[in-house]
Amino acid sequence: MRFTQPGDVILLMEDGVYGAVSGTAKAPLVEAALARKVRVCVLGADLKARALNDTIKGTEITDYAGFVDLVAENKIHSWL
Amino acid sequence: MKLAVCIYEGPYNHEASDSAYNFIKAAIVKGHEIRGIFFYHDGVYNVTKLMDPPQDDRHIANRWSELGASGIDIVVCIAAAKRRGIVDDVLVPNVRISGLGQLTMMAIEADRMVIFGD
Amino acid sequence: MSEENKKKIMFTVRKPPHGTIYVYEGLEVKLIMAAYDADISVVFIDDGVYALKAGQDTRELGIKGFEATYGVLVDYEIQKVFVDRKSMEERGLTEDDLLVIGEDEDTEEPIRPKMVDSSEIAAMMAQQHNILSF
Repeated sequence: MRFTQPGDVILLMEDGVYGAVSGTAKAPLVEAALARKVRVCVLGADLKARALNDTIKGTEITDYAGFVDLVAENKIHSWL
Repeated sequence: MKLAVCIYEGPYNHEASDSAYNFIKAAIVKGHEIRGIFFYHDGVYNVTKLMDPPQDDRHIANRWSELGASGIDIVVCIAAAKRRGIVDDVLVPNVRISGLGQLTMMAIEADRMVIFGD
Repeated sequence: MSEENKKKIMFTVRKPPHGTIYVYEGLEVKLIMAAYDADISVVFIDDGVYALKAGQDTRELGIKGFEATYGVLVDYEIQKVFVDRKSMEERGLTEDDLLVIGEDEDTEEPIRPKMVDSSEIAAMMAQQHNILSF
């Protein structure tokens, strides 16, 4: 998170979507990023697969089509 | 956009293969060009024809082979493949084994490179 | 091709060495790419900084080590090698712990990866054509 700049977008996917769940110990990290004007998107298919519903306020749920658009609109850093 | 995709993980063991496949399909629907797909690390296991999953589950190697049949350049790294016993004889059709130079060219030529893995 | 036209490719390393092969096979990619016309930089972040710890001895494990291979990065014309300062501090590492990536041609002084702040790394990342993570 500390390498993101305002205007950047983070996409949480696969097991990363747990980071988007509200009320966890990691939620403050995501909330801080949102406060710095970093967009935080979450892949809906991965949330559904894991029966996750309560995402942090301000995060945006997207799909694979949205994922592709994010890639087209932004430089990519796959954070592994 | 010209997109390149790398997959670092083996099939079924990790979601990377599925995420990559779903992303590529969505990208094709949107009219993007897939410059190439590159399998590295355990990703080389994705394209063995010896794969025999249960009938009611997706066949990951065949899916890649079908994408390859549509003209997309699907490359398996020779160094990673040799380490893991993946050779030409076990490859599904429409994929090829080649060197890391191919990954380099994809990284240079593609507008975006997306990596799926751990 | 002039410096300005070369595509900037950054490698990030965020995993420690040996427990998994990512760092080692990632190093192989860097060496191959060095032969092509690209402006390569490598950044070690989080547990990746452990990959640069000097004195790695893998003999008893019976696996192939790669500290010696890092030692020729500069020979391969990979000079832009950086380490995230915060990651080092969080792990109790200092510049003295870092392995050598080459030797200065004139002075023969050892060259080590350069410690930089996260904000500098973020700024470098924003300039890259593509970033390859390992």
